[in-house]
Amino acid sequence: MTKVGAANDRLAEHRIILRFVDEPDYTTDIDCYLRHGGYEQLRKALSMDPAAIVAEVKASGLRGRGGAGFPTGTKWGFIDHAKNRKPVYLLCNADESEPGTFKDRQILYKDPHQLLEGMIISSYANRAHLAYIYIRGEMAHGAQILERALAEARAKNFLGANILGTGYDLDIFVFRGAGAYICGEETGLIESLEGKRAYPRIKPPYFPAVLGLYLCPTIVNNVETLCNVKHIVEMGGAAYSKIGTPNNTGTRIWCVSGDVRRPGYFEYDGGAITLGELLYEVCGGIRDGNRLKAVIPGGSSAKVLRAGEIYPIRRKNSEGRLEEIEMKLEDLPLDFDTIAASGSMSGSGGIIVMDHTRDMVECLNNLSAFYAHESCGQCTPCREGALWMHKILDRMREGEGRPEDPQQLLDLADQIAGRTICAFGEACSWPVESFVAKFREEFEAKAAAKEHERLQPAC
Amino acid sequence: MVGPEQPLLPGTEAPGAKFERKADEIIRQYPVSRRSAALPLLHHWQEEFGFVSQRAVEWIAEKLELKPIHLLELVTFYPMLRVRPGGKINFKVCRTLSCALAGSHDLFAEIRERCGATASAGHGMYVSPDGAYSVEFVECLAACGSAPAMMVGEEEFERATIDTVERVLTKSKARRATGGMRKD
Ligand SMILES: Cc1cc2nc3c(=O)[nH]c(=O)nc-3n(C[C@H](O)[C@H](O)[C@H](O)COP(=O)(O)O)c2cc1C
Ligand code: SF4
Ligand code: FES
Repeated sequence: MTKVGAANDRLAEHRIILRFVDEPDYTTDIDCYLRHGGYEQLRKALSMDPAAIVAEVKASGLRGRGGAGFPTGTKWGFIDHAKNRKPVYLLCNADESEPGTFKDRQILYKDPHQLLEGMIISSYANRAHLAYIYIRGEMAHGAQILERALAEARAKNFLGANILGTGYDLDIFVFRGAGAYICGEETGLIESLEGKRAYPRIKPPYFPAVLGLYLCPTIVNNVETLCNVKHIVEMGGAAYSKIGTPNNTGTRIWCVSGDVRRPGYFEYDGGAITLGELLYEVCGGIRDGNRLKAVIPGGSSAKVLRAGEIYPIRRKNSEGRLEEIEMKLEDLPLDFDTIAASGSMSGSGGIIVMDHTRDMVECLNNLSAFYAHESCGQCTPCREGALWMHKILDRMREGEGRPEDPQQLLDLADQIAGRTICAFGEACSWPVESFVAKFREEFEAKAAAKEHERLQPAC
Repeated sequence: MVGPEQPLLPGTEAPGAKFERKADEIIRQYPVSRRSAALPLLHHWQEEFGFVSQRAVEWIAEKLELKPIHLLELVTFYPMLRVRPGGKINFKVCRTLSCALAGSHDLFAEIRERCGATASAGHGMYVSPDGAYSVEFVECLAACGSAPAMMVGEEEFERATIDTVERVLTKSKARRATGGMRKD
């Protein structure tokens, strides 16, 4: 447990995944990891039946930390080991490229063995004998840290043939991406790992667990998700499920960036603190004494929330009955479900804060440039639409807006989402939809600014 | 998605025995399909020779029993792969929102001016006329909480300012004056 510099005890972080990373003497060395109880859970897991581990993960309620929040145990359950005759692969998604997200980096750079232990346990549970860590290309240093950790783990027989004499074989290798965001989408990741362009695959099949790497059943999980598995084995699924709130179990790592005094990464039980507490108390409030204007709660693809908004939230009350209550932005508990009920998503946990001095057209244009650059180009609505939206916004920013621009942006976004191969279509539309809808007056003002001038006869 | 605006340079690189040994070691990590080693070998080449040439594409294709187009389609897709040499010192500045809010675009302009990186090398990269420095924008580097994020070569910098840049430049000058240890 690490305390944040806040008087309120409720705001003390509960660090499970990040427990050791910022301790002064903690290193990436395997001996350091072993001194801190490392690989004990691997021993325990290897003494269990793989199916029993899957059952614990199901009981834990663990939901994926990569963005979609899909229940991990359910995903693992898609592979029917009684019928399956193909090899199973496990892939760790360490592509971390969603703007605003920097949590996996903390684990990869400061506690690589925790990830490896989680991965080895998860591979064993899914009966995989070959696994890869797909790390984004820019993290060259992170890749080196992992390579070294893998060599150390092999030397101690936590990896390789006949692990710890149990007869279980597993190899893990590091694969480096090369600067393309779409490699984070799990089927794009698989294509990339197969040596091709990272073109996401057409669904169905909906899950790589059915048809994944080399057309075999494949489990793709995020770095933070796989680390959690180690702790589920340690405390048992039932005990883990008591952390946080129902359906939002375990801890979440929230990454805060943008206009706050103390940005950073913070680990809390699901639903334990509110967005307001995180921004105003943990992060010291908005910087330079400014006021909050907007916050993106779950990575750049999540819909923006506007300061002052009140949301009708449907949730179960203490008697288990469904009720609808009104909640202010600051009062939203940070979890999967409430943030979703506010019309956005907690996605990858990347919270980007904008203060009242920020120009929303500029901010959205920055994000739209990202999406225009990162569309893989397979689907026409996404390839053309993402670029078109960016061109409009760039033009507006330059003072060449037209009155029809805000509506045009909304129409474009509307015609991309739901009409593409992968969820990048939504990812590039949601920011546009929400920024324009929620700050319409600002977009209209920008759009109208030049009209007056344009209507003047040239002289 | 990016593509080379010009054809690949022919390339005269001659991979040595050490390079090939490392390549074989990489290929062994993909026991199911050699093709999976395509991107790793392109990285390996770029690290050794600075950029990907026609020679690279042909050498790797032969090594993996693929057609050159299978490599070329990667070179034209992945932004990190480079088809022209960058500056000896290459700055990558994060362009995306959190870093932009922390002034990364001003930093980009300052680096360009400080290094005289005026000539466009395509894909938004600017190089100084003598080829010593280059600067380019990249997307979110997953260090948004300590913005602005910057990379020089493979080294990562957080909360970067023009002072950080000055320190990097001084250090590289000192290194060159003492005979240097940089392989490029
Ligand atoms: C455009 C796009 C980008 C994504 N980027 C990432 C990423 O960088 N890291 C990640 O873990 N998941 C990312 N995802 C989610 C993955 O597709 C996948 O759902 C996730 O890795 C599954 O792991 P989990 O169940 O542990 O969350 C992305 C999805 C989309 C649509
Ligand atoms: S939605 Fe966009 S990123 Fe996804 S497959 Fe289609 S073009 Fe590619
Ligand atoms: S926005 Fe620059 S590192 Fe994320």
